[in-house]
Parts: sequence; C-alpha cells; structure tokens
Amino acid sequence: MGDFVLNVNGAQLRVSAPAEETLLSVLRNRLNLTGTKYGCGEGQCGACTVLLDGRETRSCMVSVESAAKAKIVTIEGLEQNGKLSAVQQAFLDEGAFQCGYCTSGMIMGATSLLHEQHNPTEEQIVETMEGHICRCGTYPRIVEAVKRASRLVAQGASR
Amino acid sequence: MNHRDERTSEFGQSISPTRPGIAGLDRRDFLKVLGGGLMVCLTHASSWAQESGRASGGHELPKELSTWLHIAADGRVSVFTGKVEVGQNIRTSLAQLVAEELRVPFDTITMVMGDTDLTPWDMGTFGSRTTPTMGPQLRTMAAAARQMLLEVAAERWHVAPASLTAADGKVADPQNARSLAYGELTRGEKLVKTVSSEESLTPAPEWKIAGAAVPKAEGRDFVTGKHKYPSDISLPEMMFGAVLRPDGFNAKLASLDTSAAEKLPGVKVVQDGDFIGLVASDAFTAQHALSAIQAKWDVPAQPSNQELFAYLKNNPESGRDDGQQHVSGSVAQAMPNADLKLEEQYTVAYIAHAPLEPRAAVAEWTDGKLTVWTGTQRPFGVRDELMQAFHLPSAQVRVIQPDMGSGYGGKHTGETAIEAARLAKAAGKPVKVVWTRSEEFTWAYLRPAGLIEIKAGARRDGTLVAWEHHNYNSGPAAIGTPYNVANQLIQYHAAKSPLRQGSYRGLASTANHFARESHMDSMAHVVGMGPLEFRLKNLADSRLQAVFQAAAAKFGWGISKSTPERGFGIAGGVDKGGYVATCAEIQIDPGSKKVRIRRIVQAWDCGAIVNPDGLRNQLTGAIVQGIGGALFERILFANGRILNAHFAQYRVPRFSDTPQVEIVLVDRKDLPSAGAGETGLVGLAPAVGNAIFAASGIRLRSMPMAPQSGVPGEPDPSFRS
Repeated sequence: MGDFVLNVNGAQLRVSAPAEETLLSVLRNRLNLTGTKYGCGEGQCGACTVLLDGRETRSCMVSVESAAKAKIVTIEGLEQNGKLSAVQQAFLDEGAFQCGYCTSGMIMGATSLLHEQHNPTEEQIVETMEGHICRCGTYPRIVEAVKRASRLVAQGASR
Repeated sequence: MNHRDERTSEFGQSISPTRPGIAGLDRRDFLKVLGGGLMVCLTHASSWAQESGRASGGHELPKELSTWLHIAADGRVSVFTGKVEVGQNIRTSLAQLVAEELRVPFDTITMVMGDTDLTPWDMGTFGSRTTPTMGPQLRTMAAAARQMLLEVAAERWHVAPASLTAADGKVADPQNARSLAYGELTRGEKLVKTVSSEESLTPAPEWKIAGAAVPKAEGRDFVTGKHKYPSDISLPEMMFGAVLRPDGFNAKLASLDTSAAEKLPGVKVVQDGDFIGLVASDAFTAQHALSAIQAKWDVPAQPSNQELFAYLKNNPESGRDDGQQHVSGSVAQAMPNADLKLEEQYTVAYIAHAPLEPRAAVAEWTDGKLTVWTGTQRPFGVRDELMQAFHLPSAQVRVIQPDMGSGYGGKHTGETAIEAARLAKAAGKPVKVVWTRSEEFTWAYLRPAGLIEIKAGARRDGTLVAWEHHNYNSGPAAIGTPYNVANQLIQYHAAKSPLRQGSYRGLASTANHFARESHMDSMAHVVGMGPLEFRLKNLADSRLQAVFQAAAAKFGWGISKSTPERGFGIAGGVDKGGYVATCAEIQIDPGSKKVRIRRIVQAWDCGAIVNPDGLRNQLTGAIVQGIGGALFERILFANGRILNAHFAQYRVPRFSDTPQVEIVLVDRKDLPSAGAGETGLVGLAPAVGNAIFAASGIRLRSMPMAPQSGVPGEPDPSFRS
C-alpha cells in the first residue's frame, strides 16, 4: 500500500492504495467517483475515460501511482457552478444516449477531442471516438452531439 | 426534472426509491412516507390485468401491495411498476402515458420501477411487452384516478362530476370559475380506489403529452455521471467479492489450494460445494487474491464451432418444441407441382449481448432479510432465485433494480445476485460483485445459434405456392411467414445447446427473418422479378405493404441499379406488433472484398407512437446493434472454452461501422401501441445480405456474413468487414 495525493477535479485527494491499482479502481472504489465506468478493463471500450493533463486517457490502463503526477478530470468535474460544459449540454440536447453507461466516457473523449480540434470534421470525430463503444448503438446522435458542442464552443461556451 | 433526486418528505425521511437510502424502508413505511392522498389499486379479478394476473402463478397479490399510483398532498404523483429501465426509455414513455390520462404535467410524475418491495409483481421486461401491456395498465389506473378526483371535487362543490374538467393537475368548475389542485383534493384523507374494469382512455389522436418527443427522464444525471447504476451502488462497510471460475464448461474441480489467497490481508475465502469465492476489503485485493488461488479442473471434451450446426440438427431436445409448428394445405403435394423450387440452409452464430455494464450486484443481510441491488430485467425472477437459493420467504428478500447499463435480453438471471448474497452472508457485511468483461463473455448466456432450412416453391408468374421452414435451436419467434402461401410446413426443433443460451433482443426473430427474407430474395431472382415487386405480389398484410412502400420511397428504391461495388437490398417483416422494412446500400471494395454499409432506410409501424424521439433512438440503436450480428459478431468456442472473451477479439459495432441511418415512422394513431425495442433489428441482416447479393451475385447464408476470420476448418469468408 502507498499513500498518494491525487489532483482530481481541482481538489487534492489523499488515498491509500497499492501503487499498481488502476486509477479507475481508485476513483470508483476508494473515492466513490462512480461516474467513471468499468467496461472491459483492457482499454478497449472507452467507458473509463478521464482527462489526464487534458488528454483523454483510459483510467483502467493507468496506475494510481503514475496518475498521481497528473491533473485528473472526471465526468464529475466538468459541470461548473451548476452549468454543464458544452459537451455535456450538447449530449443532453441531442439525447445522445440510451442506457447512458458509455456516456461519461464519450463525453470525456469528446471534450479531449474539442481541446485538440475546435471544429472537427465528421471523419475526425469518427476516427477519434472509434475507441468508445456504445452497445445501444447511439453513434449517429453522439456524432451530432460532438458537432453541436463544437458550435457551442465557437459561440463562447466552455468545453 | 428530478424524479429520483433525494427529496425530503414532510416526515423528514429521504425518498429515493432506487437508491440505497431507503433500504430499510418497507412498502408500508414507504407509503407512509408518501403520506395520505389517493392510492389507486388493482383488484385481482380484472380480466385485462395482463401478466400480473394471467401468468403470475402463485403471485396473487395482497391488496395493499397492488398500489399502482399514488397522488400526494403536494400533487406529486408516484407510479409503481415492476418493469425496468434499461435504456429503452420506458421511464419516460410510461410517465407520458400516465401524465396524459391523469391530466398532470409530465414533471410531477416519479416512476418507481423494478423494486420488489415497492412495485406490483411483474414477470419481467422483455418481449417488447412494456408498451402494449404496462402502457394500457397504467393508463387505466390514471384514468380511474382522474375520475375519482372529479367525483371528490363534485361532492365537495355539490355539482355533477360531468360539469367539471380535469387538466394540468387541477379539477376545474368552469361554470363557477373555481378550481382545486389534485393535491388539495387528496390532502388529509386516505382515498383508495379499487379498479376492476376498463376505464375510458384518451384516444391517441387527442394525446398532448403522450405522442410527443419528451426528452429522457433525468437526462441530466446521465451527462454528469450522477446516475447510480447497479455497479455504482456502495454501502457502509461494504466488501468486494470475486468468484473462482472453472477452466471450462462442465468442469469438475480436481484440486484446490487457497492458502496463498488467505494469507492476503483481510481476505476471506468462502467455499460452499462447487462455489468458491472470496471477499476482501477492496476490489483490487479481491482480484489479486482470486489470482492467487491454485485450482485444477477436469474439463470434458465438448463440441466446438466446426461441428456446431450438425450437432444442433442431430441432438433434439424433446419436449421443448411441442406445438411449435404451423401447417396449412399440403407442402408434400404442392411442392412437386411448383414450377420453380429452391432449397437452402441458413445459419446464425452464437453471439454475446456484451452490455457495457457487466453483471453486478450488491447484497446486504439485515436481521435475516436480504436486500440486493442488481442489474436485471426480471427483479421478481431474481427474487425467486434468491428465495430458492437461501430458503427464504418472499417477504425476506428484496431486489432493487437501479436503471442499468442495459441488457438486450442478456440479464434475465440472478447469478451475480446469488454470488453477492452468498458472500455477504459468509462475510457478515454487505458485498459487491461486479463481473469482469471476460466473465460476462464466458459465464453469461448467449443468443442461441441456429440452423434454418427453407424450401420454397412458386409458379412461373411469381406466386408462392409452398413454403417449408425448419428452425433448429434458435427459436420459434416470427417463424411464420407473413406472405400468402397456401401450403406451409413450418417447424421449430428444440436442440441441446453446447453453450448456455437464453434471451436476446429480437431473439429468433432475427434468425427467422434473415433466413426467410434472404430466401425470398433468392426466389425473386429465380422467378425473375424485382425483390420488392415479388414481395408485394405475395403480400396481403396492408401494414407490412405500407412499411415496404414507405421505406422504398424514402430510399429511392429502383432508381439506381446495383453494380459490383455498390449493392441495394430490401427486407422486412413483422413481429411483436411491430412492422419493419429496411433498405440497405452497401459498398464492396473490389480489392480487399471489404463490405461497408453506407446507408440504411428503415420504415416502422408500431401503432400509435408514444414518444417519437425515444422511438427513433431505439430504432437507430437496433440497426446499429444488428450490424454486429449481421456482419461480424460471433462467439468462437472449443472444448468448453470461449476463445474470444474480450472486446479486442469479439468485435462489436463502432462509430466507423455506422451507416447513414434514416427512419421513417408510420404513426398509426388508430391502432394500439406496440413495443419497439426488438423488431427494429430484424430487417437489417437480410437487407444487407440481399444488397451484397445484388452487387456480387454471391448469396451469404450464414450470420455473421463477413467475419474477421474463418472458423478453423471452414473456408475463408468471401467478404471482410
């Protein structure tokens, strides 16, 4: 067991965990931040996606020890003062979910994409989001939501 | 709207029907928390009571347990149903139907769903039954409540009920310019209305809230990560469980050494017959300890992919297919006289549901009562499993189903609930069990594989005269042909399945439609007619005709001719009250033989539409999910082991597989609403196969049609995907 200080959603959180425990497991099981989901534990589905220093990262593939050096943002950290981020708002407006289990990861992936590419083409969205699975098959609406979010950002909303 | 947000009642207790906060609250307490007000109950005698009466077996409900609807003094409406929300959007659509009949704003409704202590008994959420059965049931309760509120107001004002109107949560007396909110009418007294006959329901053409594109209930909780799925439930002092799995199916334990696992801090190993599990204070240690267990297993020789279809045909399961046949006229006499005949075999593979949230359960024992939060489509069925496993009466078991990370027919059973309960009992603390992805692929059940043999005969003018259809193992759903054929022999043959199999979204309907609609396409080719022309010639069902014509019109069917690189296909059918026609445009890369679906147009009729936005989402999802089974999804197995139990090896549809999707809704407000969760899947595979045939002249008769790689010993697939 080791003691770590994680920078999660702007807060310094102390946690004791084995150094090799995944960030996903620590977020969900030790910090009760359950918005980040387990889907496969192998980096194949995207459900566990968080931002590490602004870049989308599969939290099931990162140890808590290595994540302790980074600025971590989870789905719980996007809403600011009761206002949804542009990506969250766009997903809500488009109804871009069914069961919603993939939604956190999708939103984190899209947030990262819009950081890198303010006005992505449909091809860029598909290529970037390919690592995220929606078993309910909501992909067309998710693509529309990412486009809508990019328009909201262009109008001055925060990602 | 905040249906399930923590709210505080006048008694200061938290009401949160799907959160752990009220675990200690039984139904009577819960109703107390809700306060007086109007309760609408159901008498057991009612003839239209659908599942609750007809198929409930020993589940005759005590009266106080049969409350379906409650209106509190503050005007908030609680609706109780054993159906569960799995992403199909019934939390929204059922609330719309109640709001419509009760004449209240949509936002005043809280749906309490899938909690065996709080909701009336229900068979489960499957078979596209929620909209056609629970919909009318709740509408009737709401209409009865509205009528009672009118009567209470009439009595208070000494006027005739017929002179009053109900709207927007109020009863109004227009002649005397006064009104009272429902909450004011129910305040301070307990009103119970027992409903036993059909109330007059609002016809769909007059709907204002039902029929509208109301956004998903509590949508905000899904974009903020706030919604608690079963695997997110956490209780004080909760431990984490893990279960040792055998090396293969039907394995016998040969040796076991748990000493290394037991040396790890806080780990307790639990052995109970064949069951070997453990608990630990954290999830990491639980998995670590599991991998420290040394076990040897004897796995018997078992069938593999290569011999699957011969095995299914040669190993009938007697007794399960009784009565599953349809005979009309005489195929034996008509077939030899047909001008043109065609006989083919079709197969469908085992596929996995692979819900993104794997099976999960949290179990807690309190004073001998077991409470389990778990992801299931059958909370009452899981309660029965727990009652059997632990020899408990129903009052001692409560199953709560938080809206889950879906199921697609894959979560009917309670294995994880039993595992968590067993470990919690041994540990003396609450225990959470969440299956890993490979456990989900391996130890859940699969959509049945199947072999279908079809022989058809037609006259030279394109009239079908004989149709013989045999389905081995995959199931009888939608096995009957919707086309007019005088002579039919249609049979389902149950078989022993080498792998554990069960329900699946669209189950056998997908297989039977794939075979039938592929064969219809081949027959059209044989008789020299266009695929649409041939279908319409042999079709009398006006609703199916209408969706074929609607899909064809939107698609531009017949405008362009198929080429070797671009094919157009059409298919359709009917099941569970839903009518579907699907047009597909596919592209084939001439070098790599890679098939890509470019465009899907799907027309759909399920009677009066309750929520067109939710419906479009469901239909798009069905199409996308259908792509997996149509082109590449397939469980590979050998000797009792699943060979592709990971998303890296078991390919599911992703963004790049998704075509342009256009949905045409045929809203039949004159007809009862049917369910829409499943049948939207069945047109996709045959439409795609028919498009591949139109482009290439190659008829693909096995789903998946373009797998990543062949089964060892089988020829390589003609196409890739």
